[in-house]
Amino acid sequence: MVDSNTVLLGQTFAYTFYVLAIMLLMGWFAYNVTKSEGSKEIKPALFYSLVGFLILLGVSLHIVTHETIPWKPMDLNRADIKADKTFDITVADHKFILPSEKMIINTNDKVMFNVTSKDLTYGFGLFREDNTMMFQMQVLPGHNNDILWHFDRPGVYTIRSTEYSGPKGIGMIEKNVVEVID
Amino acid sequence: MNFIQTFMDGEEGLFKPNSLTPMQKMILRFVVVGLVYYLFALVEGMLMRVYQVTPIAAIPPDQYFGMLTAHPLVGIFGSTYSIVFGAFLFLVPFLMSKPLWSIKLANWTCGLIAVGTFTFWFAGFLTHYAPLYTLYWPLPADFTQFSVWGGTFFILGIALIMVGTVFFVLNIFRTIAYTPEGWEKQDGKGLLASALGLSGLKNLFRKNKKEHMVSLPVAAIARGTVDTALNAGIILFTGVLILIYMIAEIAGSSLKHSSIDALLYKNWFWWGLDLIADGLVLIFVAGTWYLLATLITGKKLFMENWARAALFVEMVVSWTVWSHHLMSDQAQPGILKILSGEMVTAFELITQGLAFFITLITLWSARPLKMTNPLKFLLGGLLGFALAVPAGIMQADLGLNRILHNTQWIVGPHVHVAILVGLTMTLYSAIYFLFPIVTNNAKLYSQKLANFHFWAHLLGGIGMGAFMGMAGLKGMLRRTIYFDGEYSLYMILAALSGTLLLLAFLAFFFNIVMSVGLKGVIGIFMPAKSNTKDLLPAGK
Repeated sequence: MVDSNTVLLGQTFAYTFYVLAIMLLMGWFAYNVTKSEGSKEIKPALFYSLVGFLILLGVSLHIVTHETIPWKPMDLNRADIKADKTFDITVADHKFILPSEKMIINTNDKVMFNVTSKDLTYGFGLFREDNTMMFQMQVLPGHNNDILWHFDRPGVYTIRSTEYSGPKGIGMIEKNVVEVID
Repeated sequence: MNFIQTFMDGEEGLFKPNSLTPMQKMILRFVVVGLVYYLFALVEGMLMRVYQVTPIAAIPPDQYFGMLTAHPLVGIFGSTYSIVFGAFLFLVPFLMSKPLWSIKLANWTCGLIAVGTFTFWFAGFLTHYAPLYTLYWPLPADFTQFSVWGGTFFILGIALIMVGTVFFVLNIFRTIAYTPEGWEKQDGKGLLASALGLSGLKNLFRKNKKEHMVSLPVAAIARGTVDTALNAGIILFTGVLILIYMIAEIAGSSLKHSSIDALLYKNWFWWGLDLIADGLVLIFVAGTWYLLATLITGKKLFMENWARAALFVEMVVSWTVWSHHLMSDQAQPGILKILSGEMVTAFELITQGLAFFITLITLWSARPLKMTNPLKFLLGGLLGFALAVPAGIMQADLGLNRILHNTQWIVGPHVHVAILVGLTMTLYSAIYFLFPIVTNNAKLYSQKLANFHFWAHLLGGIGMGAFMGMAGLKGMLRRTIYFDGEYSLYMILAALSGTLLLLAFLAFFFNIVMSVGLKGVIGIFMPAKSNTKDLLPAGK
């Protein structure tokens, strides 16, 4: 499965390219709007083309990500996918209550994390050793909060709350508690 | 004039507060309140920027989160609402060539926003009440972490602002529809239908199309005001709900948190909050772009009917878009995530893209234009939204949201670039444009300071958003504290960019104070000498 860091790298390239292009366009516009040379007329065809392009872009973005980001269809269909392993985690009083044994995962396992809150709204995220985030979800009290993830390479991961739950929540970090082995 | 004389009397002594009409005083009061609260938000923002580099020992975490709670609310309600409401309460009568329905009510709006903002800010400052603006249930009623009295006054402050907001809504719609004393009877229902886009909608099915009864900017203000009204209702209702828990706690009887479903509440509250973020802000901004473009060029708006239609679509979109905030909530139905979260949100790319293009083409059609302060800030505002809207569309995708939600990416390239560069530069454009009109031709103290204001604000705003975004892509969360300097480099660069924003505002504030003088600023808050309902003094 493509790594979430690779997806973010692709996004960084795409957005940076767009930012540079729109800045150049605005710089060009600001310079030329003060000049009198050239045509002032804009054909409506250009406007209608833009409308069509924006509609195409808005719709196709989500279709492209559905086809290229594997966890997107997996998340939508997770109820129908059999997990290789399931971990039940409880959160209460700003503490993660983890399974009694260390969470060991075999490479290429699909793992379901079921997280239950006993009091507040929290977050649940897995982070790599360099602090980058692999994935996250919200954890609401009174509801099922489950996420399925396909681990396709070895690594050690830290769990931390990704949602603010009051000042007491800043210490909600469980270092290196998930390990994916060969 | 020497420096002291200019500081006291304003540039060349041209600003005479006694010559102002009650309407001019009203808008200037709103602007002063808005700018003072912008400074509040800016100073808090800078403190938090430094805190993200390295936590400051003198500020405990609960106070940091108190600032994090107050900062966006002071920025949106204390500053932006003040400036926008003041401008629109002046512009609707200006554009419709009729008096404001009630100047007294407008001044009440200004006072309620000023007092309400100070009340919630002070309650948060003293007691560190910090459930953030999101108020995720049951955090606002978690009295093991927060003072119940602090929360009570915090909510009361917000409620005062909402009452002021209701007065604004009433004043805008009454002004559009009413018949001033001594005037021929006006078609109030027709005017409202035109302003809200209902007559435009009927035109689609009519053979003989009817003319629009109100101008496009008035239609934009009216449609944004619908979202303002709905939002005020949601926030007031939610405030009452939280107050019930607080009053019960004070009375010694704690209510069960589980009586309220956290997911239902989150849907409800985000539906209301998005009426600001994805509703009135986008509609008001588009309307302001159109108005400024036509005022700067003196030309008709390019593709005006499309612009009207896009404003109507934007209003409907704003009622159906909230679910993009719940993409990481696994209990939220998938169909809502896809339809409301992804698809409807994508419409904002279309509506804002059209507004961006229509404004640029209208400006282009009037070439050559002089690069005035209103024009350059308008272009800055357009650039801000051109950067921020696509950033938002990307995070409103189920795949990308899984790895971006609650990171600094959301609040950097999307939120801060939209607000600081897009929205604020648009407001500055309007302020520079309206300044000579509402001050009876007072002269700007320094054009060099205005140029510095522009470049420092533009570079500071984009720079800060960019460095926050880079940290977000590396996994930095938005609502926590990092004690080990994990993201120091990005945060130092973001803080330096923030410093540029602070210097930009100080240059602007100094420029305005030197233009109207200290006596002028005080004079704005004194009662007007005349009781005319006219916008400007006779002969202006």
